[in-house]
Amino acid sequence: MLDNIQVLIVAPVFAVDLLLQGLFIGAIFALAAYGLALVWGVMNVKNLCQGDFVIMGGYIAFTMSWFDIHPIIALPVAFVLMFAFGWIVYLLIIKRVVDRDMFTSLLATFGLSLLIQQVLQLIFGPEVQTTDAGFDSIVLADSMIILPWARIISLILASVLALGIIVFMKYSRMGRAIRATAQDPRAARVLGVDTNLVYAFTYALNAAICGAAGVLVAMIWVIQPYYGIVHSIRAFVIVTAAGLGNLPGVIAAGFGLGIAEKYADFVFGAEFAVAAVVSMLIIVLVYRQLQLYRLRQVVR
Amino acid sequence: MNKTAHDGKIFAGLIAFGILGPLLFPDYTLQIALMWLMILMASTWDIMGGQAGYNSLGNIFFFGIGMYVSAIAQIGMVYDVAAYTSAFGAIVVEFTDTQYFTGLVLGIILAGIGASALSILFGVTVFGLRGPYFAIGTLGVALAAGELISGWGYVGGGGGISMPVYPGEAGASSKTFYALFFVLAISALGVIRWLLGTQFGLALNAIRDDEDKAEAMGIHTLRYKLIGWSIAAFFMGMAGAIFGNMIGFIEPLEVAFPTTTFGIFMVAMALLGGKGTLWGPVLGAILFHVVKELTWTYLLGWQWVALGLIIVVNIVYFQQGLLGWARDKWPEAFGLKVDTDAGAAAREAAE
Repeated sequence: MLDNIQVLIVAPVFAVDLLLQGLFIGAIFALAAYGLALVWGVMNVKNLCQGDFVIMGGYIAFTMSWFDIHPIIALPVAFVLMFAFGWIVYLLIIKRVVDRDMFTSLLATFGLSLLIQQVLQLIFGPEVQTTDAGFDSIVLADSMIILPWARIISLILASVLALGIIVFMKYSRMGRAIRATAQDPRAARVLGVDTNLVYAFTYALNAAICGAAGVLVAMIWVIQPYYGIVHSIRAFVIVTAAGLGNLPGVIAAGFGLGIAEKYADFVFGAEFAVAAVVSMLIIVLVYRQLQLYRLRQVVR
Repeated sequence: MNKTAHDGKIFAGLIAFGILGPLLFPDYTLQIALMWLMILMASTWDIMGGQAGYNSLGNIFFFGIGMYVSAIAQIGMVYDVAAYTSAFGAIVVEFTDTQYFTGLVLGIILAGIGASALSILFGVTVFGLRGPYFAIGTLGVALAAGELISGWGYVGGGGGISMPVYPGEAGASSKTFYALFFVLAISALGVIRWLLGTQFGLALNAIRDDEDKAEAMGIHTLRYKLIGWSIAAFFMGMAGAIFGNMIGFIEPLEVAFPTTTFGIFMVAMALLGGKGTLWGPVLGAILFHVVKELTWTYLLGWQWVALGLIIVVNIVYFQQGLLGWARDKWPEAFGLKVDTDAGAAAREAAE
């Protein structure tokens, strides 16, 4: 472990390489986390199958690569398919838990997450998969830094998608309805907003964002049926650290988590990669709790 | 209706089943032993989840901790643990009968104590989290524990540990472990039944109904929550130790910390029977175990899908559980009935 830290100090070019890797991965994390923040903020549903939606999107790209369809074309397909899937999930499950206590939605989505990962495992098997985008790499600094074009393209696609969603939320009629419902569902209903439709649309949009993020994950990283839970945990870390309705915060936390994960991976070794992510969740939660303690006055 | 007499009858029925079950169906000894484990998991989850309203998704943490504490204690008594685990089963340590059984008893007791101690340590950090944050935080603790132990070479990492081999003939081990699970489950139910009748049970219910108000009324909420959680951890830890010895081989992700399977099943079992009641988790565990075994037999390959579907349907469409439903329907038989027919009989008797 100390040796690895020394390597970073002696050869700062490795540190730059890790930083870049973290940034590219972090952009995708931020995308999935934004979807979670949307559902959490608008519907107050803690969606624990967030990561499984991401993995589903990845498998859509993987399936299409069998037919020699490029992942970039798979991206809009995954977006549309996952939108439809999210709408169905809303009608079957989320609609019935949205007014209940928050633990119900948490547990229902956790059950759904189990279901998705098992079905994926039955269809695709437990092997780790990836799709080959077939791009070259840029080699910098005497091949110490390798910059695959696939990563740069995925960063661009993620930014375009995020920008599109921000514009949609700000200027479209449905986007305004979603923001109104998030502020006060009752007032929105009184003013003629069909909140049920808004909820369905929000949940479906979240699934679609996750599906698109999943295509990017399959393109520059790996997918496996059981990796979903780790993606869910990442989304929770980011949203909890940034707070709801804080879009710049979500993006910053997404990049931060991506970089932190890459460094932890390098310093502690790959066998602790998942442990590092989950430990970050606990750290963020404990930090939040300390903040709350400062607000509470306890008389002893 | 006399509550004590009624609970006594159910206890007597369970004990009679526990003794007669393996005698009448010796081939199913292992299945019935696992059923007691399920009952134990669901009932101890319900102490915090049902009675105090703290829905943990990470109680399986204590199960795994108990398993590893007992493994270290049992092997460490006669051999160097690091050398044993680094050989990945190549070293077979011969245990004499006395060594094995003292190790087993000591391992189980230490597992309970170790899990309790860790529950207090973690309780201090996570009990400030409320509602969904608590559920996610405990889930995180359980997931992190499994991953950290996978990378810890001293206990064999992801490769796992082979437990000491049970001395004597093959059939005897299943009877011993059956008896251990049976006694543990019945004593856990007895302790829970006793606790819920005391002021402690009322304090937990007050925390569930309104924690701030309970605190304002002078209840030291953190202390009650810690005690409740450490009792659950104590029994889960011992159960983990027994399970590890029964299976004979322990491994961090699938056996010791199966967070996404048994960790969620115990919540589903408690919800299926009706959380916040004494007998609900027991009923739910028995039903769930039977369904689980049936899907294993008839839907092989799709069993996890079937179980996931059952959990989702249970939570979304039938959240109050069987006993919760009975309680709503026949409030005068408040949470005392195991089956709904008896509830109907009670209503007729009351009229």
